[in-house]
Amino acid sequence: MLRNVLIPAALAFGLASAPALASGGAHLDKQSWSWDGLFGAYDKAQMKRGFQIFHEVCSNCHGLKLVAYRNLKEIGLSEDEAKAVAGEREVKDGPNDEGEMFNRPGKLSDRYIPPFANDQAARVSNNGALPPDLSLITKARAGGPDYVYSLLMGFEDAPADYKLNDGMNYNKIFPGNQIGMAPQISDDLVTYADGTKATSHQLTMDVVAFLNWAAEPELDERKSMGLKTLIFLLVLTGLFYALKRKIWADVH
Amino acid sequence: MSSHSISAAPSGSSQGESRRDFLLIATSAVGAVGTALALWPFVHSMNPAADTLALSTTEVDLSKVAEGMAVTVTWQGKPVFVRHRTADEVKAAEETPMADLRDPKADKDRVQKAQWLILIGVCTHLGCIPLGQKAADPRGDFGGWFCPCHGSHYDTSGRIRKGPAPLNLPVPKYTFLTDTSIRIG
Amino acid sequence: MSAPAFDNKIIKWIDERIPLFTVLEHSTSSYPTPKNLNYWWNFGSLALFALVIMIMTGIVLAMNYTGHTSMAFDSVERIMRDVNYGWLLRYLHMNGASFFFICVYIHIFRGMYYGSYKAPREILWWIGLLIYLAMMATAFMGYVLPWGQMSFWGATVITNLFSAVPVVGDFIVTWLWGGFAVDNPTLNRFFSLHYLLPFVIFALVFLHLVALHTSKSSNPSGIEIKGPQDTIPFHPYYTIKDLFGVGVFMVVFLGFVFFAPNFFGEPDNYIPANPMVTPPHIVPEWYYLPFYAILRAIPDKLGGVIAMFGAILVLFALPWLDSSKVKSGRFRPVFKWFFWLFLADCVVLGWIGGKPAEGNYIPIGQAATAWYFFHLLVVLPLLGRLEKPLALPASISASVLKEKA
Repeated sequence: MLRNVLIPAALAFGLASAPALASGGAHLDKQSWSWDGLFGAYDKAQMKRGFQIFHEVCSNCHGLKLVAYRNLKEIGLSEDEAKAVAGEREVKDGPNDEGEMFNRPGKLSDRYIPPFANDQAARVSNNGALPPDLSLITKARAGGPDYVYSLLMGFEDAPADYKLNDGMNYNKIFPGNQIGMAPQISDDLVTYADGTKATSHQLTMDVVAFLNWAAEPELDERKSMGLKTLIFLLVLTGLFYALKRKIWADVH
Repeated sequence: MSSHSISAAPSGSSQGESRRDFLLIATSAVGAVGTALALWPFVHSMNPAADTLALSTTEVDLSKVAEGMAVTVTWQGKPVFVRHRTADEVKAAEETPMADLRDPKADKDRVQKAQWLILIGVCTHLGCIPLGQKAADPRGDFGGWFCPCHGSHYDTSGRIRKGPAPLNLPVPKYTFLTDTSIRIG
Repeated sequence: MSAPAFDNKIIKWIDERIPLFTVLEHSTSSYPTPKNLNYWWNFGSLALFALVIMIMTGIVLAMNYTGHTSMAFDSVERIMRDVNYGWLLRYLHMNGASFFFICVYIHIFRGMYYGSYKAPREILWWIGLLIYLAMMATAFMGYVLPWGQMSFWGATVITNLFSAVPVVGDFIVTWLWGGFAVDNPTLNRFFSLHYLLPFVIFALVFLHLVALHTSKSSNPSGIEIKGPQDTIPFHPYYTIKDLFGVGVFMVVFLGFVFFAPNFFGEPDNYIPANPMVTPPHIVPEWYYLPFYAILRAIPDKLGGVIAMFGAILVLFALPWLDSSKVKSGRFRPVFKWFFWLFLADCVVLGWIGGKPAEGNYIPIGQAATAWYFFHLLVVLPLLGRLEKPLALPASISASVLKEKA
C-alpha cells in the first residue's frame, strides 16, 4: 500500500513522510458553502441548526474548547439561551474561602466545557480512540469543510476482503479507512425548531457550517473588511500610478 | 531642499503643473487616510480583549462578613473593599459636615444599604491599595482607610479627608441579588 | 556632496550639531539614481516594506503571545478570537513572512540576471546574503511559536540536522534544545531569538543601504553611472515609483490575508503539538523547499547537510565564480538562457522539496541538485570566457535613448 512507503531513514533523518494521498483514497464530496467566494457569508439560521446538532450529538464525545459560551450569541442564540447551554455542565473552580475546590455550573465567560476530564478519560469511554477537539477541525484538515462533510457521509459497509478491527467502523474518507467513531448522521437525527427538513445531507451541511464558524469566527468580518480595503487600495494605487506617470513625464 | 522636490513646483504656471499638484494633494490625502486607518488595528489590539471584557462581573456572598469586618474581592483585576459597617461608623459617616470634605458627597449617595460600604480599593492619588481591611491595619485619623504610600486618610464612607489624594474612593456599579449577595459590575 | 541649505531654523540648528537631515537628504531625496531602473528594481524597497510590516505586527502579537508549551497554541487562538483585530494582525504576520520571501527571492534573481553582485558591489551582495540567512533563521523560529504539529516537527527535524556534525553533533543538538527533546526551553529560546533577529536584519538592511549608496545602484544596462546625465534624484522619481509598487504589492498581499489567509500554511499546524505522533506528511514552509530538496538528494546524512548549507554558502563566491566582465544579462546571449534554466532548476527543486522522497522524485531531485551546483561552479566560470557578449551602449542615457527610439 502506498501509505506504508516510508522514506529511508538515511534520507529523512527520522522524518516519516507518506504521500499526500494518505486519506481514505476516495475523493472528497465537494459542497457549495454559503461562505464561499468573495461575497460569501455565514448563514445564521444554518449555524444555529448546526449548533443544535453539535450540542445534542457531537458534544457528548467531542470538545470545543476554544469557543466560549458567550460566542454563541454571535450565531443567534439569545443571552438566556446561551446561559442555559453554559449551565448544563459543571466546571471545577476554586479554591473557595475554605481552601476547597468546588464544581460550579458553566458561565458565559467559560469556554465550552469538554465532555471528558482529560484525554485518558476520553479514551477509556471511547474504546481506546480519542475524539479530537473540534474547535479547529475545518482548518486542521486538508479539504476543510468538504473533508468533514465527506467523512461524516463516508461510512459504508467494509469490502468483503477488508479486515476491520473490533469496535472500528469502515469509512471511505478516513485515513486507513477504519475509524473509532460510529456513523452518527441519519435522517431526522434531531428535530429542527425552524421546520427545516432534517435529511442526512441537511444535517451534515448544518453541523459542518457550525464547525466552520467555530474554527473561523472572524470570517464574515474578514471578508467584508477585505472588500472595503481592496477597493480603497485599488483607488490609492490608481492615484499612485497617475502621479507616477505625471512625475516621470519629463524624464528622458 | 532638493530643487526637484515636487511640492516646490510652481503651481498654476501651466495646466500640466496644476494637474500634477491636484494629483499630489489627492494622493497624499488618500494615502494619509489609509495610513491612519491601517494603524487603528494596531492600537485597538492593545485594548481589553473579548475574553477580558467577558470577565467583567464578580459575585460576592455577604453572609459571612460580620459587622465591623471587611473582605477584599477582585473585580476586573482590582481590589474591591466590602465593609460591614457598625452603627457608629455609619453615624460618623452620615454626620460629617460637607464643609469638612475635599470631595463633598453625602454618605447616603455612596451606599445602597447603610451597613454595606462597597468601594474600589485603589487610592485616588497614585493607585496604591490603602490599609484598613484587616483588623490589625491602621485605619487613619478618620477610622476608614489609610494609604501607606503617601499618607492619604479616608473616612468610614471612603471619602478623602487628609493627604494628597484628590478624590473619594470610587463606588463601583453593583446590585443586590439577594439580601446577602451582590454582583459587582 | 555639499550640505543642502535648510530654510527652517530649527532643522538648521539640529543639522549643524548632528547632520541627520543632511544624511536623510543625501540618501533618500537627492540620491542620484540611474534613470533606467525597471520595475524589477522595486523589490528591494518592497522587501523593506514587508520587514516593517513584520516588525510592527510582530511587536503587537508578542504582547498577546505566551511562550509556554502548555499555553502557546491556545494563546495564538486567543489572538485569533478574542484580541481586537488579532486575527488580522496574525494573518498579516503569517502571510507577511511568505511575501517577504517572495520579494527577497525576486530581488535576488534580479541581482543574478543583471549581474548586480559584480565589482564594486561584492560586499553589498554579501550583506544581502546575510540578510537572507537571518531571514531563514527568523522564519524558522517564528514558525515554531504557535506550537502546532508542524511547528513541533519542523523544529525537531531542523535541529536534528546538527546531529550530522561528527563527534559533537549530539551535544550541539542537546544544547540547541536545552533538554533531550524539543520542549519548553526550546520554545522559550526560539521566542527570544525570533524577537531579536528582525532587529539584526534591520541593522543589516541599514548596512546594505550604506553599501548601496557607496557603490551606487546597479541598473539594467549594467553600465556604471558616468555623469549627472545618467541619473535622476531618488525623490520624487523613485519615491513615487516605489509607492506605486507598494500599492500593487498591498493589493496582492491583502488579497491573500483577507480571502485566502491559510493558502501558504499547512492544516496540520492547527493541531496542537503532540511529541508522540508525527504527522504523515511533513514539509517545511515553501521558501525552504529548494534547500530541503538538496538535503534529501544526497543519500548520506552529513553529506546532505553539507550540500544544503553549501548551496547557500556558494552564493557568497558568486562575484568571482561569474567571470564575465559584462554585468547585465541583456548583453549576454548565452548566459541569458542559462539564467532561465537555473531559475527553472530552482523551481524544480522547490517542487521536489514538497514531494515525498520516493519513486521518480528522487532522481529528479538529484539531477536538479547536480545542476544547481554545476551551474554555479562550472557554467558561470566557463561562460564568461567562452561567451561573446553583445556590444554595450556608451552610457546609461545612451541606452535609454536607444530603447525609446
